[in-house]
Amino acid sequence: MQLKKFTTTACAAALAALSFGAQAQISGGSVKIGVLTDLSGTYSDLAGSGAVLATKMAIDDFIANEKPNFKIEMVTADHQNKADIASNKAREWIERENVDTVTELVTTSTALAVMKVAKEKDRVVIMNGPASTPITNEQCNDVSVHYTYDTYALANGTARAVTQQGGKNWFFLTADYAFGQALEKDAAAVVVANGGKVVGSVRHPFPGSDFSSFLLKAQASGAQVIGLANAGADTTNAIKQAAEFGITPKQSLAGLLMFITDIHSLGLKPTQGMFLTTGFYWDRTDETRAWSKRFFDKQKKMPTMVQAGQYSSIYHYLKAVKAAGTDDTTKVMAMMRKTPINDFFAKGGQIRDDGRMVHDMYLVQVKKPADSKYPWDYYTIKATIPAAEAFQSLAQSRCPLIKK
Amino acid sequence: MEIFGIPTALLGSQLLVGLINGSFYAILSLGLAIIFGLLNIINFAHGAQYMMGAFVAWIALTRFGINYWVSLIAAPLIVGIVGVLIERLMLRRLYKLDHLYGLLLTFGLALIFEGIFRDQFGISGESYEVPELLSGGVNLGFMFLPIYRGWVIIASLTVCFGTWYMIERTKLGAYLRAGTENSQIVQALGINVPLLITFTYGYGVALAAFAGVLAAPIFQVNPLMGSNLIIVVFAVVVIGGMGSIMGSILTGLGLGLIEGLTKVFYPEASSVVVFVIMVIVLLVRPAGLFGKS
Repeated sequence: MQLKKFTTTACAAALAALSFGAQAQISGGSVKIGVLTDLSGTYSDLAGSGAVLATKMAIDDFIANEKPNFKIEMVTADHQNKADIASNKAREWIERENVDTVTELVTTSTALAVMKVAKEKDRVVIMNGPASTPITNEQCNDVSVHYTYDTYALANGTARAVTQQGGKNWFFLTADYAFGQALEKDAAAVVVANGGKVVGSVRHPFPGSDFSSFLLKAQASGAQVIGLANAGADTTNAIKQAAEFGITPKQSLAGLLMFITDIHSLGLKPTQGMFLTTGFYWDRTDETRAWSKRFFDKQKKMPTMVQAGQYSSIYHYLKAVKAAGTDDTTKVMAMMRKTPINDFFAKGGQIRDDGRMVHDMYLVQVKKPADSKYPWDYYTIKATIPAAEAFQSLAQSRCPLIKK
Repeated sequence: MEIFGIPTALLGSQLLVGLINGSFYAILSLGLAIIFGLLNIINFAHGAQYMMGAFVAWIALTRFGINYWVSLIAAPLIVGIVGVLIERLMLRRLYKLDHLYGLLLTFGLALIFEGIFRDQFGISGESYEVPELLSGGVNLGFMFLPIYRGWVIIASLTVCFGTWYMIERTKLGAYLRAGTENSQIVQALGINVPLLITFTYGYGVALAAFAGVLAAPIFQVNPLMGSNLIIVVFAVVVIGGMGSIMGSILTGLGLGLIEGLTKVFYPEASSVVVFVIMVIVLLVRPAGLFGKS
């Protein structure tokens, strides 16, 4: 198993000795952050080594800006998108290496497995990659933070905008497993609620590679919009083949779970005009540009929302440790919930009791090739979806921690 | 007009799409069948070699501006040479051992190749444009057929039947077949059998790479594109009969059609239908449809 381990050491010990400040109550003498992610598989571009880099940047920046009087270390491992590997690694880190927080955790199954271990051992879990809503509903607990996005926010944002703009008749191309079906269900509900109609759907085996049969069905249905309730290579292949068969631009596509790396890999020609929802776009403000360019210099790719969210969440965690003066899970979690998040990633972000970090999301449209002026100039931001509308409301929550 | 509640136009288009996928199965299973038939090696690296064909074409286009038509010849040559090196340096040592050793070695090589490409190019994949001459499509009345897909059928059938002709009807093919039956006697007649075997493996690998170049404009060029396909292709070879040249071509096309029909009537089963057929064939004719037991 691939296991990279590198340590970032603060020169904080010397500083602490000089400052005569109160020594923080840090277990094991240092705050240890575990980054457990997909370093080699399907999600390694959208999370992977970029998430490790983002974590390292957050630690370095925190040390430079906040001058903490404790040491910070990072360990990383590849969970290979397997729940058993993820939970074993998390257990090993917590028991033997005294890791304080396990983070990133792309793919829901690994996230849910690690949430159980963390609850049992009383450690913090911060999730950026996984998408599914059970993390903050049926399976929620009080040591977990789901930070960047979820399927509800993406399906909700995209399906509503497209339906409201006149795309009333939908056909879903759905990956035939729990995630795809959940995504279709969430999106279909939004379509109907906004006066649209679902005229049909087809479930394709996961993973697929040739989607032409399914796309021809979608074409025959006469739907205005083909909703892609799948992810990764399934989505990119479906988009590419829709263009090949002349389905787009007559019918339009709506990607319900897409990342900027997918757009980058396909290019703008087959993706132009598509709507999608994202929690972060590098070219949105001066702050996002400045941070993203630093990221780009090291990674040679612009950050995805998962990677930007990883930076923001780690920084927020470290600030909470400093403010609480301890790495005790309950106290740090309380401090993280109490403190609003204000950085390049989120303005006025708030972690709710169900673990959901709510922040503004962005509805974007993919640019035409002619309108793209420089590398990675891919999106036009069409709308900011306010935090309160973007995510599932607490009234709808199925999390037992939420008292109604 | 409808057949079983499905409009004939939709059915016709699905059959055509099935035939296109069948052409990929045919050309890939043909390569596997040749390698198994003549070398007794189960080439698990076939999917990775298919992926390498696509990547070589993509690198040639984006880094060196070499167009599709040149790549269609050059990429199979380059990947074929890699195959020749693998045969000379590694596979050659395994011929006297059980099949399992060849399978393990080629499986390991597949993982290494995929790992290298993943490390270099990431996992999201790269886009390869359809060549100018073959872009656009024709309206067949019942469907819009991208010209490129039509080209895939023509190109792969030409190569498949050309290969069959070379092995079954020419002198070179006769040497090859004789060499695998009894290499000592053939060698005694003055024919360089080891060289023939090296050439055969290189050719099988080149077929995989050729399929990779054909696939590049259709699918995202992705380090794992072969690993998804290879299991189905193995099932095709088993159904056709291990080592049967014509069997692998016809089975590949036929299974593409059956898979296409499954996508119309019960899409959820389309990824398993090939394996269901494999189980039935193995129960009824363990040597495969065209194999000699």
